[in-house]
Amino acid sequence: MTQKLVVIGAGMASGRVLEHLFENESGFEVTLFNAEARGNYNRIMLSPVLSGEKTYEDIVTHDADWYDTNGVTCHFGTHVTAIDRVAKTVTSKAGTIAYDKLLIATGSAPFIIPVPGRDLPGVITYRDLDDTNAMIDASKAGGKAVVIGGGLLGLEAAAGLAERGMDVTVLHLMDHLMERQLDEAAGFLLRRDLEKRGIAVKCRASTRAIVGKDRVEAVLLEGDETLEADLVVMAVGIRPETRLATDAGLSVARGIEVNTQMQTSDPDIFAVGECVELDGQLFGLVAPLYDQAKVLAQTLMDSPAVFTPKELSTKLKVTGCDLFSAGDFAEAEGREDIVFRDPARGVYRRLVLEDDTIVGAVMYGDTTDSNWFFGLIRDKTEITDMRETLIFGPAFQGGAPSDPLSAVAALPRDAEICGCNGICKGQIEDAITAGATDLGAVRTTTKASGSCGTCTGLVEQVLAVTLGDDFVIPAAQSICTCTDMTHEDVRRMIKSQELKSMPAVWQACGWKTSCGCHICRPPLNYYLLADWPLEYQDDPQSRFINERKHANIQKDGTFSVVPRMWGGITTPDELRAIADAADKFAVPTVKVTGGQRIDLLGVKGEDLPAIWRDLNDAGMVSGHAYSKGLRTVKTCVGTDHCRFGTQDSTGLGIKLEKTLWGSWTPHKLKLGVSGCPRNCAEATCKDIGVVCVDSGYQISIGGAAGMDVRETEILCQVPTEGEVIDVIKCVTQLYRENAKYLERIYKWMAKVGLEWIQEQVADLENRATLVARFEVSQSVYRKDPWAQHVGRAETYQPLADLTLEAAE
Amino acid sequence: MNDWIDIAPVEAVPQRGARLIKTVHGCVAVFRTATDEVFALDNACPHKNGPLAEGIVHGASVTCPLHNWVISLETGVVQGQDEGQVATYPAKVSDGRIYLGAAFLTRRAVA
Repeated sequence: MTQKLVVIGAGMASGRVLEHLFENESGFEVTLFNAEARGNYNRIMLSPVLSGEKTYEDIVTHDADWYDTNGVTCHFGTHVTAIDRVAKTVTSKAGTIAYDKLLIATGSAPFIIPVPGRDLPGVITYRDLDDTNAMIDASKAGGKAVVIGGGLLGLEAAAGLAERGMDVTVLHLMDHLMERQLDEAAGFLLRRDLEKRGIAVKCRASTRAIVGKDRVEAVLLEGDETLEADLVVMAVGIRPETRLATDAGLSVARGIEVNTQMQTSDPDIFAVGECVELDGQLFGLVAPLYDQAKVLAQTLMDSPAVFTPKELSTKLKVTGCDLFSAGDFAEAEGREDIVFRDPARGVYRRLVLEDDTIVGAVMYGDTTDSNWFFGLIRDKTEITDMRETLIFGPAFQGGAPSDPLSAVAALPRDAEICGCNGICKGQIEDAITAGATDLGAVRTTTKASGSCGTCTGLVEQVLAVTLGDDFVIPAAQSICTCTDMTHEDVRRMIKSQELKSMPAVWQACGWKTSCGCHICRPPLNYYLLADWPLEYQDDPQSRFINERKHANIQKDGTFSVVPRMWGGITTPDELRAIADAADKFAVPTVKVTGGQRIDLLGVKGEDLPAIWRDLNDAGMVSGHAYSKGLRTVKTCVGTDHCRFGTQDSTGLGIKLEKTLWGSWTPHKLKLGVSGCPRNCAEATCKDIGVVCVDSGYQISIGGAAGMDVRETEILCQVPTEGEVIDVIKCVTQLYRENAKYLERIYKWMAKVGLEWIQEQVADLENRATLVARFEVSQSVYRKDPWAQHVGRAETYQPLADLTLEAAE
Repeated sequence: MNDWIDIAPVEAVPQRGARLIKTVHGCVAVFRTATDEVFALDNACPHKNGPLAEGIVHGASVTCPLHNWVISLETGVVQGQDEGQVATYPAKVSDGRIYLGAAFLTRRAVA
C-alpha cells in the first residue's frame, strides 16, 4: 500500500531525501510544503547570484518538471501552521492533510540581534533567494551598506554587494574575521584582501542601535561611532527553525532532537538539515546534511543506516580570497605548529599537529592542496615520516613524488572525492565505465563536483586515471618531462627549501633525469641566480648558446655582435672603432637595430674575444642583445634639442640603462623613454615605458611589439627622476622574483594583475626592500661579460687542429 | 702509427659542454658529460647543419642550438619525432686525457 509522506520545507536536505526515494522507486506519495514560493535550489550558490556571477535559473536543483515527473504535490509559498500528531495530519492554508510519515526540514532562521531599529525597512538578513534579491535591488541605487557579522555568510554578502558597486563596511564583534574558521594570521590576510577590494572592515565593533526615520539611515556603534547606511545586512548567525516542532510537542533542545536514524521523539516524524540536533551538535554545512538525507531515505525504506558526523572543512566563496580551514587549530598543550608564509604572494599555511597527526589546518592564498590535508586530518594519518616537507603538500612527499595522477590512482574505491555529495572514487569510476566520459556527464550522473565545485580538479583526475589517454586534463604544465612539477612549484621549493644549486633542486624535487635537459636547465639556472644572487654560481652550460657566448648565433653558426650604446647615444670615436672592427674581422653585414644601436653580423665564433677586446678598448661593453635580461633603453632627444620635450628623456634613459644593464630577467626586457606624449621613443609598446610630461613622468608597463602587439598600461606617475629609477628597479625585481621563465611582463601582468603590481610599488617600505634586493643582485651582475671573456679567449678556439696531422 | 691520438686534458672541455677539433674534412665536436664520459661527433646537425658543439648537453645527449633537435652522443641518432643520424668517432678518457681513435682521420680522408 502506498504510504503518504509529507515534507515540510523544500531545501537541500529534504530535496536530497526525495531524490534517494525516487531513485529507489520507494513508492511514497509525496506532498511538499515550502514557505518560500519556489522549490529546491542550491542555497550554497546564493553568493554567486548576489555577486552577479550566476542567476537563479543556474542554481535551481529541482524544477517544476522534476516535481511533476515524480508525482510530488507541491504547496509552495505555503506555511504549515500546525501538526496534529494524534490525528497524523498537518494544517496549512491549503487545508488539512493526513500523513503516514512526516519529515520536518524547516532549516534555520537568521539570528536577529536585539537592537533598536532592527525592524526598519532596509535591514535585511541573508538566508534565501528573497533576501538575495532584496540586496540586489537595494544595491541598484548604490550607496553605503553595512554588513553586521564577519563570518562566512557576512563576508560573502559583503563581497557581493561590493561587486555590485556599493560602499561596504563589515562590522565584526570579535578580534579577527571568521574567528571560528581562521586563526589570526589568516584572518589578517583575509582582511587585507577584502580591504583591497574596497571593503572596510571594523573588528571589535559592537552594534548598539540601527537608526532611521522611515528606513535605515545609520548604524550606531558602542563608543558612539556612527556609520551611514542605506542598507544593513544582518549576518551574525543562524538558529534552527524549530517552532512547528516545539508546538507539536516534539523533543526540542537547540534543534529538533533526532537519533542516528534521523527519527524525532515521535517515531513517525523525522527531521533532517539545519533544524536538527544530534548529541548536542548542530549542522550547518551541506556535506553532513546530504549524509543525513541518505540515512533518512534508507530509514524510510526500512533499510538500516546510521548517521555519523564527520570532520568538516570550510571554503569561502569569494573570488580572489582563497581560504580553507578544517579541524581544530586552537593552541593547546602538546600541540605543535608548522607554518609556511610567502608574504609577497599573500600565502599562509598552518598545520596543527598533535600526537603525530594533523588535527587542524588553515590555508590562505593557495588552497590547492587542501583536499589532501583534509584527508590526512579525517583519516588521522600519521605524518612522522613526511613531517619535514609536509607543509609543501603532496607534491613534495617521497615515494611517488609530485604526480597527482598516481596519487589519485592509488586512492581506494571508497575514498571520498566530493565532500558535499559524499561521492566516492568508486562511484565516479562506475559512472565513467557506464559512459560518462567528461566532467559534465560525471556531474550529471553522480552529482560529484555539482555543489560547491571545489573538487572539480579531483574529479577530472579520476577521469584521467580511468580513461587514460582518452581524457586530457586542462591542467598546469610541468616544466618538461624531467619533472612533474610546474615552474611555480619548483620556484616555491627553491625559496622555501633554500635550494641553492642545480643538483639540490634535482634531488629535492625528484628530477627523473640525471642532469635535466635543454628545456629545464635554463629556467632553473635563472631561478637560482635570481633568488640566490650571492650564493649561486651562474652555470654557463645551462644557458642557451647566445647567453653562454654573449653573442647571437646565426643560421650558419656565426655570431652577431652588438655593443651597447647607452640610451642610443654614440660618438664619432665609437663609430670609428666599430667601423675598424668591422673591417678587421671582415664582418659581412653591419645593420642598425630597432633598439638604437649597431649590429655586426657574421662574426666567427673564434674571433669573438678579439673583436670584444677591440670594442672594449674603445670604451664599449656588451649590449646584451642576446640575453633574457635588459636589452636597450630607447630614447628620444628630449629637452636637449626637441621643441616639444618636457624632460631630459635621453639623460633619464642613459641613467636607467646604466642602472639596469647586466640584470637577468625571466625574458628580454626592453625600455623606452619619450620626452613628451608625442612618444617618439615608442615607449608605450615596451616592457617598461616612461613618457615625460610637464608635471613628471608617467611609468607604464606590459607593452609588446612582437607576435603580440600591446599598449602598456599606466603603473604610476612620479615627479622626479630618482623616483622613476626606484619604481623601475622595484617593478623589475618584482618581475624577476615572480614571473615564470620566458614570460614577458605583459603575460605576467595578465596573471597577477596590474593592481597587485601597483600596490607592491606604491607601498614605499616594500618598494625599498625590492630595490635593495635588486641592488644586491646587480652587485654581482652589473659587469661587462665581454671583458671577462676576453681573459678566456683560448676557450673560444678549437681544442686541437688535426689538419696538419692528417696531411702527413 | 698509434691507434689513439692524444688531444688534450679532460678539463679543457667543460663538463656538460663541448669543444671543436679541426680536421681537413671539417669540424668534429668533442663532448664531455657530467660524468666525464667523452664523445666525438660531426659538428653538424642532420637538420640544418647546426653547430652541435654549441648545444646544451644533458645526460648523454645534446640539443642543437638552432632548432632543438636532440641527438644521442652515444649513437649519433636523432631522438624523438625527428629522424637522422650524425657520424660518431671513437673517443676515450685515459689518465685524465682525451684520446680520439686515429683511424677516423684516415677513414674520413678516404671518404
